[in-house]
Amino acid sequence: MPPAQTSAEKQNGKKMLRYIIKRLVFAIPTLFAVSIIAFIIIQLPPGDYLTTLMADWASQGGAVEAGTVAAMRERYGLDQPIYFQYYKWIWGILTAGDFGISFELGKPVTELIWNRLGFSMLLSLLTLCFVWAIAIPIGILSAVRQYSISDYTATFLAFFFLAVPDFLMALSAMYVMSAWFGQSVGGLFSPEYVDAGWSFGKLLDFAEHVWLPVVVIGLGSLAALVRIMRANLLDELSKPYVTTARAKGMSELELLIRYPVRLALNPLISTLGWILPAVISGEIIVSVVMSLPTTGPLLLRALLAQDMYLAGSLILLISVLTIIGTLISDILLALTDPRIRFQ
Amino acid sequence: MSMNKDTILKVEDLKTYFPTRTGIFKAVDGVSFELKRGKTLCVVGESGSGKSVTARSILQIVDKPGRIESGSVLLTRADGSLTDLAKLDPRGKDIRSVRGKEIAMIFQEPMSSLSPVHRIGTQIGEALRIHFGTPKKEQRERVLELLRQVEIPRPETAIDRYTFEFSGGMRQRVMIAMALACNPQVLIADEPTTALDVTTQAEILDLIKKLQQSHGMAVLFITHDMGVVAEIADEVLVMYRGKVMERGPVEQIFHAPQDDYTRRLIGSVVKLEKKAEVRLTRTAIPAEAAPLLDVKNLSLTFPSGLKAVDDVSLTVRPGETLGIVGESGSGKTTMGRCLLRIYDPQAGAIDFRRPDGKTVDIRTADRAELKNIRREVRMIFQDPVGSLSPRKNVGQIIAEPLKLAGMRGRELDDRVAELMAQVDLEPAWRERYPHAFSGGQRQRIGIARAIAVKPRLIVADEATSALDVSLRSQMLDLMMKLQDELGLSYVFISHDMSVIRYMCDRVAVMYRGRIVETGDTDQVVNHPQHDYTRALLSAIPHPDPRDRRIHKRFRYDPARTVSANG
Amino acid sequence: MTDITSLPPDTGPSFNLSGKDMAVAGQWRLFWLKFKKHRIALASLVIIVFMYLVAAFADFIAPFDPNATNARFTYAPPQALSLFHDGSFQPNVKQLKMTLNTESMRREFQPDPAKPVKVGFFVKAQQPYYLLGLVPMQTKLFGLTNPQVGDSLYIFGADRLGRDIFSRVVHGAKISLSIGLVGVFMSLILGVTIGGISGFFGGGADLAIQRFIELLRSIPTIPLWMGLAAAIPVGWPPLRTYFVITLIVSLIGWTSLAREVRGKFLSLRSEDFVIAARLDGMSEIGIIFSHLVPSFMSHIIATLTLAIPSMILAETALSFLGIGLQPPIISWGVLLQEAQNIRAVAQAPWLLFTPAAAIVISVLSLNFLGDGLRDAADPYESVS
Repeated sequence: MPPAQTSAEKQNGKKMLRYIIKRLVFAIPTLFAVSIIAFIIIQLPPGDYLTTLMADWASQGGAVEAGTVAAMRERYGLDQPIYFQYYKWIWGILTAGDFGISFELGKPVTELIWNRLGFSMLLSLLTLCFVWAIAIPIGILSAVRQYSISDYTATFLAFFFLAVPDFLMALSAMYVMSAWFGQSVGGLFSPEYVDAGWSFGKLLDFAEHVWLPVVVIGLGSLAALVRIMRANLLDELSKPYVTTARAKGMSELELLIRYPVRLALNPLISTLGWILPAVISGEIIVSVVMSLPTTGPLLLRALLAQDMYLAGSLILLISVLTIIGTLISDILLALTDPRIRFQ
Repeated sequence: MSMNKDTILKVEDLKTYFPTRTGIFKAVDGVSFELKRGKTLCVVGESGSGKSVTARSILQIVDKPGRIESGSVLLTRADGSLTDLAKLDPRGKDIRSVRGKEIAMIFQEPMSSLSPVHRIGTQIGEALRIHFGTPKKEQRERVLELLRQVEIPRPETAIDRYTFEFSGGMRQRVMIAMALACNPQVLIADEPTTALDVTTQAEILDLIKKLQQSHGMAVLFITHDMGVVAEIADEVLVMYRGKVMERGPVEQIFHAPQDDYTRRLIGSVVKLEKKAEVRLTRTAIPAEAAPLLDVKNLSLTFPSGLKAVDDVSLTVRPGETLGIVGESGSGKTTMGRCLLRIYDPQAGAIDFRRPDGKTVDIRTADRAELKNIRREVRMIFQDPVGSLSPRKNVGQIIAEPLKLAGMRGRELDDRVAELMAQVDLEPAWRERYPHAFSGGQRQRIGIARAIAVKPRLIVADEATSALDVSLRSQMLDLMMKLQDELGLSYVFISHDMSVIRYMCDRVAVMYRGRIVETGDTDQVVNHPQHDYTRALLSAIPHPDPRDRRIHKRFRYDPARTVSANG
Repeated sequence: MTDITSLPPDTGPSFNLSGKDMAVAGQWRLFWLKFKKHRIALASLVIIVFMYLVAAFADFIAPFDPNATNARFTYAPPQALSLFHDGSFQPNVKQLKMTLNTESMRREFQPDPAKPVKVGFFVKAQQPYYLLGLVPMQTKLFGLTNPQVGDSLYIFGADRLGRDIFSRVVHGAKISLSIGLVGVFMSLILGVTIGGISGFFGGGADLAIQRFIELLRSIPTIPLWMGLAAAIPVGWPPLRTYFVITLIVSLIGWTSLAREVRGKFLSLRSEDFVIAARLDGMSEIGIIFSHLVPSFMSHIIATLTLAIPSMILAETALSFLGIGLQPPIISWGVLLQEAQNIRAVAQAPWLLFTPAAAIVISVLSLNFLGDGLRDAADPYESVS
């Protein structure tokens, strides 16, 4: 390889690095703002955490030791101004991974969430893969055969699934499964595998359970992506570079995949920025309906019980993970589209 | 079927139609011509003449829903056999083996005609892979050679770059390299220089000529520019609304045109080759008259750091037309906009003489003052579409400045009617919206709006660039008529030397934000002092095939100055 | 000066109007002509208008008090309305015969063809009411002409407490559809103000606002809404809860509008015709109202229409989870709370599918309508 070429490559790499650093720096204020929103949610219900806790204990007939209360007040800085409380809270999270205590369950928040958060992420990831794998070919077909029967069908179905909220889809799916196939749907595992260690059997069982939630969560985003892919591709198909490639003697299929589809995928990658939050939102509400062992039911229960440290931590972590996901999508976009990193 | 042995491509009675809701649109309607080895055929016509569709029909790459209705496109293959391209399946293998290999094509907009996310090396090498299955390494070698042929500097680095890292001229070179990859017999060039500046255009024309000679290609060159035709064509095909008006050797087309349309077309081009007749007889504007506008050391730097206007000084005398000529990026439009404070220049002075003889500095004028000045200094925009609000009818558009000046009721209506008549528009059309008017008519609406408040100076920014050549002189004649009737002065900004020469008394040449030369138009055109002006003038295609100039043009290099031919 | 390569030269929008009419057709006329060509959108417009009318006249249309219970008809299935009886026009439903399934210990209902129950139009209501909250009335659109013990009229079935689901869905439309409108109105105010500031002033304000919008959009909406909605005290009066929920769901909705407005402001600000107006001596306020607002009005209408369904869906989701609107308020989401239990749904699927159909039809129609409006929003696109 001649040295001159490596210099072009090197310059490219440098641009990419600069872009990634810029994105990372931009993410910091966003993360900070998200933590403030989560903190506000924790603070919203009337009374502070300890009054709720004491009322709770009192209702169960338990006495509260004065020393414990004082220690906790100190720990959470409840006597101090609000910004100091925030500082204490976020500092605990950042340095010790201490998200506080779930008073309803009487356990540290960290013990409760990681497992569920893991399943949430797994479910979201599987959904994203499903959505992309299905949406792209349908979108391409719809655009290439614009105004054909298949295009109209795809368009109508897309509009229909956009109109059906996730939880309705989940309920309907469960109804159909139980009324027509006599199967009860719920959870991610059969009872015998819930507490078992990972094995091939468990994996198979997981796969049997997971496909329905994945489809239910994904359909809405799938419909949106099909519409976007179709619109993007229609845009690209009419661009002059398509004619250029055709004038080179390229076959229609190769041309389609190499040029317009390749270019139409770029804006699609940037939709990850909002598809991901939508999928996570859907995952939460579908999990509640289908009682999946993810963050959804836990968050709802925490909110209904005003178990605010648990709820706030969940909202914080879900949002942070979403922001990280968006960040990854930004970087992916820059990798595939040179125009972005040359800005 | 007998064919001259030099004939590579023979098109006969080609018809390409576009079915539309309202009926069939005959984009190409019975076109016939022949392409000969080593020769250039220019297809010339105004917008909508079907010249581009003709070119695309040859390779069957007409955009949907267009299709070839009838006719034949006979190509002599390398082995001597004949193939009728019009009969091939547009998606089939046979036509694909012709595209890019035997007939290659380059397009008008090199930016959008190349993919922005693929490296140029990949895009150039692709044709090799498709037609010969050339392995990667060999492909790269060949692409480097092609880049050298089209004179792209540092090919080893350039090959891995993206299109947006190149200038317009360089991108067009990339396109040409791509077209040459498989050594085609025929090159179709669809307005390849329209988007380029004249000096860059001259370079590209030179390059195409050179490559044509070394490769022995036949070239089909589509253009609307009669100057370019005269410079490069061996034969010419004049098209109008899908039909061939005239076909013949370039000499005959220019000096003995048979057809009326051709004659008119040549006439309107030649008319713009000299000063307007009404300006030849006008008494000279005294040089010592106090200037209406006196711009001194004007500078504007954009936040990006670009010095768009750099120490510009110029004067406009009452009743005079000052032309500002320059290529894209020269800062001429920005400078024009500074004169009306659309942009705020950071330094210098724009002294404007009010009717009472006092001068005001527009650059530092306050709000109220500016409002008054803007009634005396008006603007005509380049884009006849974007400069008229589509949501207001013509009466409202023309009335707007009058209303803001306080005119109401009957007086307003009468004035609008009078203005419309003045720019040769039917006053009864006042209820119509801009979408009901053609480009030329819209520009007249723009002029009516500009003269509505009886201004004394009008800044016209590329006012005729969006119009076809036959409309251009009409518009300029109208502007000069109004100048004489209303005692106007113009600052006329253009990239086109011919319109400047046609109507301007004096001209200032702008280059990279600076004015490099100012003087009487005749003086500057005939005896340019600055090397840039010389280069600019010598790069302009001359619409006379007997006097081809651009290949012996003068090249300007800001660092050092050398003549092209030593 | 460029040649038109792909399409025949087009001198104006291709509508079926004679040249003269076309020449004098203004913005809204063209907008309507273009919109009219979108058949599905046109049909959706009719459906939407119909649904909002139903919501407005819910008291008149719903035959029963949506909160009236009837223990006799727990989970009664929908009754089919027949128009003829014994060969003559006589709208009726068949009386439901109840049997106890001893195996499953469930009550089962069978229509009894021998016992038609007369249904009439413009019947007297059991209780007087105020139409639109103003006009005192005691007539219902339809109902039982002569109610006897054992008669029932459940065209959409009954719920756990024997309440008429049809009446509940009709009354639910009031809340669910109005939340969309009120929410969109709040979004409009927020979006236009903030987007306008962002687009008009540019610079630092623009940057800050854009970052803020990006932030809001990067947070998953459901957990955020859940967190905010859960903080609403249970004891609040229904009306206040309603407004706070509306506020919460419009919290996200305004961002897309703000972006739209900002984008239009920025692109229009450098348009030649806006510069021309400025040179004509028009003030900035004048430019905004005489040039900018008319230019993006149609776009705003389209964006707003597309924002309504997402608000309806948001309310539904929150109420369904039990942290949005609470009974006794009736909304489609509240109705779906009844369907949370899959066993109940298995026994009485109409609990799920009737409110669901109402939601899907309204959201689908609004989406189609918005799509059609957006396509027609710029009638000048097709002009050269």
